[in-house]
Amino acid sequence: MLRADAGPGRVVPPSGFTARLTLLTAAAMAVLAVFALAASLAADRVADRWAEALARTATVRVAAPAGQLEAQVAAALEVLRTTPGVASARRLTQEEEQALLTPWLGPDLPLDALPVPALIEVIEAPGGIDAAGLSARLAGEAPGAVFDDHTRWRAPLVAAAARLRGLGFVALALIGAATAAMVALAAQSALAANARVIATLRLIGARDAWIARAFVRRFTLRAAAGALAGTAAGMATVGALPPGEVDGLLGDLGLRGKEWLWPLAIPPAAAVVAFAATRLAAFRVLRETR
Amino acid sequence: MIELKSVAYSYGGDAILEGVSLSLAPGSFHFLTGPSGAGKSTVLRLCYMELVPTSGHLSVFGKRAGAMTRDEIAQARRRMGVVHQDCQFVDHLSVADNVALPLEVAGHDSGAQAGDLADLLAWVGLGARAQARPPELSGGERQRAALARAVIMSPEIVLADEPTGNVDWEMSLRLLQLLVELNRMGTSVLIATHDLALVRAAKAQVAARVLRIADRGVQLAGADL
Repeated sequence: MLRADAGPGRVVPPSGFTARLTLLTAAAMAVLAVFALAASLAADRVADRWAEALARTATVRVAAPAGQLEAQVAAALEVLRTTPGVASARRLTQEEEQALLTPWLGPDLPLDALPVPALIEVIEAPGGIDAAGLSARLAGEAPGAVFDDHTRWRAPLVAAAARLRGLGFVALALIGAATAAMVALAAQSALAANARVIATLRLIGARDAWIARAFVRRFTLRAAAGALAGTAAGMATVGALPPGEVDGLLGDLGLRGKEWLWPLAIPPAAAVVAFAATRLAAFRVLRETR
Repeated sequence: MIELKSVAYSYGGDAILEGVSLSLAPGSFHFLTGPSGAGKSTVLRLCYMELVPTSGHLSVFGKRAGAMTRDEIAQARRRMGVVHQDCQFVDHLSVADNVALPLEVAGHDSGAQAGDLADLLAWVGLGARAQARPPELSGGERQRAALARAVIMSPEIVLADEPTGNVDWEMSLRLLQLLVELNRMGTSVLIATHDLALVRAAKAQVAARVLRIADRGVQLAGADL
């Protein structure tokens, strides 16, 4: 199987338009497949991170005049301490607030001089928090405190990330189907161009399976070779992408850790697709003549 | 071996053959004569089942051709040697590889039979041209290579369509001699030809039946042949 000129494969002329078409198609599709795979896996990571954060955390924002801020923060913390469903609550330090604001306002932010609200990070217990009840209690004890359970902005983002992940897999399926169609067309073209060879083989008693094998072997190897080159090019391109913020909003768009193993499945997958597409095309064409 | 009973064949609504009956027994030698376009090649193509009769009965090696599967047809063709009018070859393979191709197709190890292949190529006078490509061969060499390929599987019958069509008289006699030798070894032979001089030359060496295609039918030729 690994030698194109072994057995039945050698009766097919060794080069030609269809050979280059199959190689180029498989290589281009493999590059696209690597990109789609990387995008899908990145979306998967983002969706997981957002979903996890949505499920576990909330924020209480306390905005009050300078003289009342500490008292309202203490009141809010007390309310949270006695609220069912709250696993823990702590006020963010000034450094943490600074880190949150740095992307928007720059690194040299004088927090002391700005009326920045205090932030309390709330970790929810598995049962969850009664958001309406907690908001009502906060309104009574700390009027400047607002409970934000992140739902209204995290949920659409998680849904979008999940759709992006789904789109990535749809793209992979479409790439596979397009590869199959292109290889089948190339195989049909090769079969038509080699009608004389096929007639000769029939004359000497070759079975359809033997003739089909001659073409299937060629196209499977060409598709695998093209996909191998395309996968290598795609992986090199993804590897050269500038690193993103691993813990940022969008995360890293490249591949990480064991994810680099996934693209290695593309050449064998391309070979399987080419094998099936060529075999189907060959038998369909061969059945048309005696 | 091959039997046609009241076989008709039409193409595009035009009758090519009508009521053709023919029986090719083991060890027989037949000529099929007639002018160009009379239907000689059609009879041969029916015999090796490239064409399907429009009506009538065709049996090959005891099986009704219409009931044979594609694999059974391929299997039956391995028991025949066909010398096609235009000598089809796989042009990028050498003469030796082309001649050995039927062995490969049938699943035999052509490498193990390299000695037999060399003997066969020498028998048809192509020992020195074994590694040439078919497009490099002359008309006579192509006909001899086609004959070598047709007989490498020791077929029970050889069907030759105008095997001397592109060669001079000397080469025609040499090819005929090869076919006569095969027949003496027990192989049935059916040669379609319009070359009556070749038929007369053969009759001097072998008991050949001469059939003539006329009026879309096949009949025994007269005593003049």
